[in-house]
Amino acid sequence: MPNRVAIVGIGQTYHTGSRDDVSQPEMVAEAVRAALADAQLSIKDIEGVFFGNMETFEGIYLPDHGMAAEVGAFGKPGFKVNTGGTTGASVVTEGFYMVSSGLYDLALVIGFEKQDCGDTTAAISAAAVPTWAKGAATGAIGEFAKQALSYLETSGAKEEHAAMVRLKADRNACRNPHAHLKLGLKSVDEVLKSPYLVWPLRLMDFCPQSCGACALVLASEKRAEKIHKKPVWIADVEVVHQEPFRAGVFGDPTGKETYTQHVACERLYKRNGITNPRKDIDMAEIYEPSNWEEMNLYEHLHFCDKNEGWKLIEKGITEIEGEFPVNPSGGVIATNPIGATPIIRVAEAALQIRGDAGEHQIARDIKTAMATALGGPNWTVLFLLKRSL
Amino acid sequence: MQTVTEKLEGMDVWIYHGQIYIPNTYSAGAVGSRFLIELRDKKRIMGTRCPACNRVYVPARSICKDCFGQLDEWVEVSDRGTVLTYAVDHESKPIQPMATPIVYGIIQLDGADTGFVHMLGEVDPEQLRVGMKVQAVFKEERVGNILDIKYFKPLA
Ligand SMILES: [Zn+2]
Repeated sequence: MPNRVAIVGIGQTYHTGSRDDVSQPEMVAEAVRAALADAQLSIKDIEGVFFGNMETFEGIYLPDHGMAAEVGAFGKPGFKVNTGGTTGASVVTEGFYMVSSGLYDLALVIGFEKQDCGDTTAAISAAAVPTWAKGAATGAIGEFAKQALSYLETSGAKEEHAAMVRLKADRNACRNPHAHLKLGLKSVDEVLKSPYLVWPLRLMDFCPQSCGACALVLASEKRAEKIHKKPVWIADVEVVHQEPFRAGVFGDPTGKETYTQHVACERLYKRNGITNPRKDIDMAEIYEPSNWEEMNLYEHLHFCDKNEGWKLIEKGITEIEGEFPVNPSGGVIATNPIGATPIIRVAEAALQIRGDAGEHQIARDIKTAMATALGGPNWTVLFLLKRSL
Repeated sequence: MQTVTEKLEGMDVWIYHGQIYIPNTYSAGAVGSRFLIELRDKKRIMGTRCPACNRVYVPARSICKDCFGQLDEWVEVSDRGTVLTYAVDHESKPIQPMATPIVYGIIQLDGADTGFVHMLGEVDPEQLRVGMKVQAVFKEERVGNILDIKYFKPLA
């Protein structure tokens, strides 16, 4: 039986399109200081540091070389992790493994990205595998356009439903002081006037490029309650890896591929006695790079049956005041500092359990929450968080 | 038995040759920018000092490596220092802006507690010695780059 692990410190920077005032390491340090302040700990208390970003997106090889001090890893075990889109979830998983194993009592986990540097699409496309991907790789937008088209063609969803997802995200983001895009959108028509990036994906259908960092302090059971009066327990973690589908990275129109979300959910739900996720879990923070992907993920995460994802948004079920709120933070479509994006999901879900989310706090009492991550190689990471175990 | 991975007699195998092009920018941040601007406009080499650790960092940095303290005390260090170690590289590489031989070293500037990596010039590589006193030579046209210091030359 592994040791229990709790989140006892939560910190993030504000997220925005440009941070000329700080270098990448300095930006990371802001999140570290915020997490330590929340935990009322000093960097000296931390035993191990696990951190990561999307290496090469800022054009820097081994960004960890220049930031031992800023991540608080100087003189300690500190490991940089890069698993693509799931990086920010992998750092939490790694910290969880280390504390649950009993090796450390206190670990710091950090995700970051500074997208005003570098060129994400260029990095994805230029460094793609030459045999099958280079030349056809157009970055994330093309991938999610293919997924959107499949969903549009087969699920019964209309573009209006995608627009409703965007409206929900924007209403929530406008209540979140850390969110990047706060557009103040008023109507579905406003979203439908937005130009297509790659049909049927519109500019407003897709996530922005953000700068930001997020850090969590993880503590063992024997330390957690002494550090924070409201520890949030990591009840379970599930990680399932895949490779990009040759049929199209994020979707598989052949129907022959295994979706990692299915495998991950089935394992996590079974272990935790979850038979009806929308009843047994109080809210979710999911990794949705596009509004279309959000509806798709409702289905893949078994929040509803196949081809029913758009009905959840139509009925307002996933609104902040709905039966099963999804992404009250505004989600990825509002804020996407890529390496930080999955750890922000965990942080925001934990804040909801603590009741500390502020203006975007769900009015209902949140005792159980789920956070998810998704990455280019079709990887899925899931976290189940609880107020008490 | 033939397997799918077996190379057939006389068959070509494909090798790709390419170059990876990734445009990028990098923010020096407010502290790094001030260091570079002082270099460009005033030919001054600036550090930051941690009062808790009594350590002066050059180039200036905003966070103390030893204690994680936020640094706000600027200090000007000398343009003179001591060669701690050096290397003479005769291999030319496309990314390298300097002509070969590339003569460079780690210099501890007077007033700094850190090593400073830079070029060494106006010196016969044979005459280089650890412990040698050197002085910064600035370029005439400075743009706000670490190479606004042309190199360090031996003090007469
Ligand atoms: Zn110090």
